[in-house]
Amino acid sequence: MSKVFIAFQTNEDTRPIIEAVLADNPHAVANESPAMVKIDAEGQLVIKRASIEELIGRDFDLQELQINLITISGHLDEDDDEFKLSWLN
Amino acid sequence: MDMNVKKKKLGLKEKYAHMTRGLDWETSYQPMEKVFPQATFEGIKIHDWDKWEDPFRLTMDAYWKYQAEKERKLYAVLDAFAQNNGHLGITDARYLNAVKLFLTGISPLEYVAHRGFAAAGRNFPGVGPRVACLMQSVDEIRHAQTQIHAISNYNKHYDGFHDFKHMLERVWYLSVPKSFFDDAFSAGPFEWMIAIGFSFEYVLTNLLFVPFMSGAAYNGDMATVTFGFSAQSDEARHMTLGLECIKFMLEQDPDNLPIVQKWIDKWAWRGIRVLSLVGMMMDYMLPKRVMSWKEAWEIYFEQNGGALFNDLAKYGIKVPDCLTQCSEDKEHISHQAWATFYQYGGAAAFHTWMPNDEEMDWLSAKYPNTFDKYYRARFTYWRDEAEKGNRFYTNTLPMLCQVCQIPMLFTEPGDPTKICYRESEYEGEKYHTCSDGCKHIFDDEPEKYVQSWLPVHQIYQGNCFPEGTDPTAEGFDPLAAVLDWYHFNNGKDNLDFEGSRDQANFAAWRGMATKNT
Repeated sequence: MSKVFIAFQTNEDTRPIIEAVLADNPHAVANESPAMVKIDAEGQLVIKRASIEELIGRDFDLQELQINLITISGHLDEDDDEFKLSWLN
Repeated sequence: MDMNVKKKKLGLKEKYAHMTRGLDWETSYQPMEKVFPQATFEGIKIHDWDKWEDPFRLTMDAYWKYQAEKERKLYAVLDAFAQNNGHLGITDARYLNAVKLFLTGISPLEYVAHRGFAAAGRNFPGVGPRVACLMQSVDEIRHAQTQIHAISNYNKHYDGFHDFKHMLERVWYLSVPKSFFDDAFSAGPFEWMIAIGFSFEYVLTNLLFVPFMSGAAYNGDMATVTFGFSAQSDEARHMTLGLECIKFMLEQDPDNLPIVQKWIDKWAWRGIRVLSLVGMMMDYMLPKRVMSWKEAWEIYFEQNGGALFNDLAKYGIKVPDCLTQCSEDKEHISHQAWATFYQYGGAAAFHTWMPNDEEMDWLSAKYPNTFDKYYRARFTYWRDEAEKGNRFYTNTLPMLCQVCQIPMLFTEPGDPTKICYRESEYEGEKYHTCSDGCKHIFDDEPEKYVQSWLPVHQIYQGNCFPEGTDPTAEGFDPLAAVLDWYHFNNGKDNLDFEGSRDQANFAAWRGMATKNT
C-alpha cells in the first residue's frame, strides 16, 4: 500500500488541525521538520471538520486548510465535512 | 487567524457545480474549432469536458478570500523582516547565494507560468479546467511578485540581486530553467499541462519548495521561508490540477494513452535535469543543511513518485525509462554540478566556494558510495590551491546539451569518471546531447530543438557582447565583454565567496548589530 501525506506550516492555526488528524487517523505518523509538520499515512488520510471544530471551539470551513497547507500526495476528495486523501490501489 | 464562518446556503459540491458549469456557450458567428484552434492538433481526444472536476471544488469567491488572507500574512512578515534587519539573522552570508540563484533562476519562471496558464485557460474548450487554469495563472503572478518583493530586501544590501530579468534572457546557466518553460509554452495546451501541471508541479515541485524552504528556515531566512510556504500553499492545488488533468485525458479516450506516456517520459527527464541546480543548492549552498539531495530525492521522488506511478498503472501508464538512470544519478549530480559552478565561478552572478572539512565529512556520511571515492580528493586539491593563492577558474566555454542546455558535466551511466555525451544528425548537421534521455527528446522533435538559443554557441558567434564592441581590438577580453552584456558587476557579483564584498559587509554589519561601536 502506498503512503499519502499532507504537510502544514508549523503555527497556532495548524496545531489543533494536526491534533485532530492524528486522533482521527491512528495509523498516521507526524514528522516534524524546521517550520513544517508532515503527516504520512498508509493508504488514506481523512481530515474531519467536526473534530477540528471540537478542538478550536468555533465553526470551521475545511477550505481554511489551504492557508497553511504546504503539500499533499494522493487523490483528493473534499466536501463540506471531510478532506480525504487516498491512493486507489 | 479567527475566521468568521457563515452557515452556507449551498454545500461545497452544489456551489462548485453552479459556479463552474453552464458558464459557456456554443458560438454561432464562428465554428467552435476556429474559436479553440489549439484544442485538437496535439491529437488528444476529449468527448465530455464536464467530466472534469477540481477535487478542491474551489470557486472564485472562496479563492479571493483565502488568497487575500495568505497575502496579509506574508506582507506582515516582510515588513517585520525589513524593520528588524532580518538579513542579518541568516546563518552565514554564503547562504545568500542560494537566494540569488532562486531569484534569477526560479522567480522569472513563475511569471512565465502565469502567462502559460492564462493561455491554457484560453485554449481549453471546457469550463472546469478553464476556471482551474485561471486560478493557477493568478497564483503564479502572485508568486513572481511576492518573491521579487521578499528578495528585494536583500538587494538593498548584497551583490548579484540587481537585474534578474535581464540576466534570465542571456546568462548561460539561466538558459537551463528558461528553456524548460519555453519548451513547454511553445507546445500545445495539453502538453503544457503535462509539462508544468503534472511533471513540474506534481512530481517535482516538492523537491524544490519543501526541502529548500525548510532549509531556508534552518538558515534563519524568514523572508524566503514565508514566501516559499505562501507559494507552496497554492502548489497543493496545482499538483491536484496536474494529476486531475492526466486522469481526465486517460479516461476520455484510449487513444490518448501513448501521447500522454510520451509527454510524461519527456517532461519527467526535462524536469529532473533542471533540478540538478536544486540538488547543488541543498548539498553545497545551505550552510546549515536539513537533508541531502539524495534523501530528498528518495522521499519526494522515489516514494511519492512511486506511489503515483503505481496508481497510474491502472490506466496503462508505465514508469518512464529514464528513472532507472536516476537511481544512480542521485549519488552524483549535486557534486558534479557544484564542481562545474566552482570552475566557472568567474562567469556566475553568485559566489562559489569549496566546502570546509566539517562539510566534507557531512557529504561523506550522506554519500558513502561516491563522495570520498570520486569527489573529495578533487575538492580538497582545489581548496588547497585556493589557499595558496591559486584559485582555479576555467577560461574555456563548455559544450552545452542541445535539449536541457546544461553543460556536458554529467557522467556515463556505470562510469562516473567519464563525461557522457550523445550525438544525433539532422539535415546534415551534428547535434550533441548530455544523455540518452535528452537524445531521445531531440530525436523525436529535432525541428524544434535545432532552434535552441544556446548561450555558448551565441558567445562564439559574437552575439553576446555589448553593442559597439570590437572583438578584433588589441587586448580584447571576451569574458569581460560577455559579463558586461550580462549586466554582471565583474569582481563583485562573481568569483569566490572568500574575499567577496558580501562576506566583508555581512561580517561588518553583523558586528554592528551586536556591539555599540
